[in-house]
Amino acid sequence: MSSQPEASDLHVSDELVIKIKDMHKWYGSFHVLRDVNLDVYRGERIVICGPSGSGKSTLIRCINRLEEHQQGDIIVDNVELTNDLKNIDAIRREVGMCFQHFNLFPHLTVMENCALAPIWVKQVPRKEAEATAMKYLERVKIPEQADKYPGQLSGGQQQRVAIARSLCMNPRIMLFDEPTSALDPEMIKEVLDVMIELAKEGMTMLCVTHEMGFAKTVANRVIFMDGGQIIEENNPHEFFDNPQHDRTKLFLSQILAH
Amino acid sequence: MSTEQSYPVGEHPSLPPPTSEVGIIGWVRHNLFSSTTNIVITVLTIYLLYVILPPLLNWIIFDAVFSADSRDDCRAIAKAGGHELGACWAFIGKRFEIFVYGFYPVEERWRINLSFFLMLAALLPVLFDHIAYRKQGLWFSLIAPFVIGWLLLGGMGLTPVSTDKFGGFMLTLVIGVTGIVGSLPLGIALALGRQSHMPAMRMVCVAFIEFIRGVPLITLLFVASTMLNYFLPPGTTFDLLLRVLIMVTLFSAAYIAEVIRGGLQALPKGQIEAADSMGLKYWQSMRLIILPQALKISIPGIVNTFIGLYKDTTLVIIIGLFDPLGMGRASLADTKWQGLSTEIYVFVAIFFFVSCFSMARYSLYLEKKLHTGH
Repeated sequence: MSSQPEASDLHVSDELVIKIKDMHKWYGSFHVLRDVNLDVYRGERIVICGPSGSGKSTLIRCINRLEEHQQGDIIVDNVELTNDLKNIDAIRREVGMCFQHFNLFPHLTVMENCALAPIWVKQVPRKEAEATAMKYLERVKIPEQADKYPGQLSGGQQQRVAIARSLCMNPRIMLFDEPTSALDPEMIKEVLDVMIELAKEGMTMLCVTHEMGFAKTVANRVIFMDGGQIIEENNPHEFFDNPQHDRTKLFLSQILAH
Repeated sequence: MSTEQSYPVGEHPSLPPPTSEVGIIGWVRHNLFSSTTNIVITVLTIYLLYVILPPLLNWIIFDAVFSADSRDDCRAIAKAGGHELGACWAFIGKRFEIFVYGFYPVEERWRINLSFFLMLAALLPVLFDHIAYRKQGLWFSLIAPFVIGWLLLGGMGLTPVSTDKFGGFMLTLVIGVTGIVGSLPLGIALALGRQSHMPAMRMVCVAFIEFIRGVPLITLLFVASTMLNYFLPPGTTFDLLLRVLIMVTLFSAAYIAEVIRGGLQALPKGQIEAADSMGLKYWQSMRLIILPQALKISIPGIVNTFIGLYKDTTLVIIIGLFDPLGMGRASLADTKWQGLSTEIYVFVAIFFFVSCFSMARYSLYLEKKLHTGH
């Protein structure tokens, strides 16, 4: 683990890239997110954890409008998320996302998965898009799988393709929604390694995960959520060694118990 | 390790399977004689084939008469041959052209033949993707329907032929192929409309689908043939065949829409979320991500609907159009050939079977080709 940088080694700029202010969200009459406030600066690696149903996935899905918030403001890269489709498109071009179940397109090859969005959303010529895709597939160490279909790959390989696919859009922010929760234990490391590489390169990352080792080594901030609220946020050292809130202590004692 | 391995761990070579598992003997043993029940079924099947096949083959081929001038002629030929009369196919032979071309003027029938080959040529690039010049071929497929329409109806240099001269297999193909080609895009649009977030759009689509599905096709055909006159301004003439084409297309579009909706619902929500998160627009997501997968899942249901539609074209007999079945029934009135209904119906059945079986095989081929999983 010595090759992995300490959180303090990584540079965080003072440029504000995501601002969430007094944000509320309801599913029907169910109040999922309650008064969430969060500022994210360029280069930050934020890990969001909490019990299931605490709203952590919903929170990051609000950032690229997979979920709609009903009250408060979300500003991404100086663009405010409203119902204006132009703003939503602009934000989605800047924000990449990886899902728990990869969500690769099973009818397209790995290469086609990666080149699709640049070709259709950014109007990049096909040749160029494929060259970029190859570059990122090499970075996640599976260039040899480019012509296979997702169904022929292991879970870890699929998630790495999903990361490469997001990177092909050259995003400035990456959202990870439990990227390792659906993986076999042996494959979690290969995905985390790719994410650590990404962090080292200075990518702004918001990551919902239960990988506390990842949080300790990569995150510069850990956020704990419960009941739709941010209960506690701190740097990883303080968060794990000196949690303030009783709910955080209980959560940590449960997930670190065995 | 308690048991001794003959090879070091991980170095055990792949051995050939025992001979009882492979080859003809293996296959027969596995599939025909694997258990008592299986043996009983195998023996019974062989016995049934022994009972049914010889008389059937005799009737269709060995005792059949293939050329004669009347039914009595058929009988005489069979008697001269020293056997009982099987099928009198001579009847079909004499009527063959009318079965194929309907009442289309004899000197203009080349137009139907040409249309048929144009149709095949237009279908090839649509149905198969590994053929040369496919891109140009698809452009041809796009204009072919208009060329065929012009050929069949005439005008602009060709002798006009009115649609009441259409009949036989040609009529079946015209209705069947138009219905299939028209109902797929309409069905896709209806299925997407039914899932739309816009309530008005959704309600229109649901109302259309439920209304059309809730009414028998025959009723719709009657509406097409009689009722429309009441709704349209007096004096408008509106070709009967065109009305039938529209009704058949709408009818099968409603079914196709429901089949495709099933496919759409089978897709995980993550697919559209992934497409959204990458910034694809609605129509891009539909065209590139959602529909290719939903249609693939729906292939068996879609082809099922098409086969149903194709066979339902025989219902037009009720509103006075002469499809092969109608043609056959009309032929039965001929006194020279009285009482040969079996031959007629077997012949028509074979025609429909060949068409529908081809569609079924194509659907299997397509499913296999599009399978990308493990």
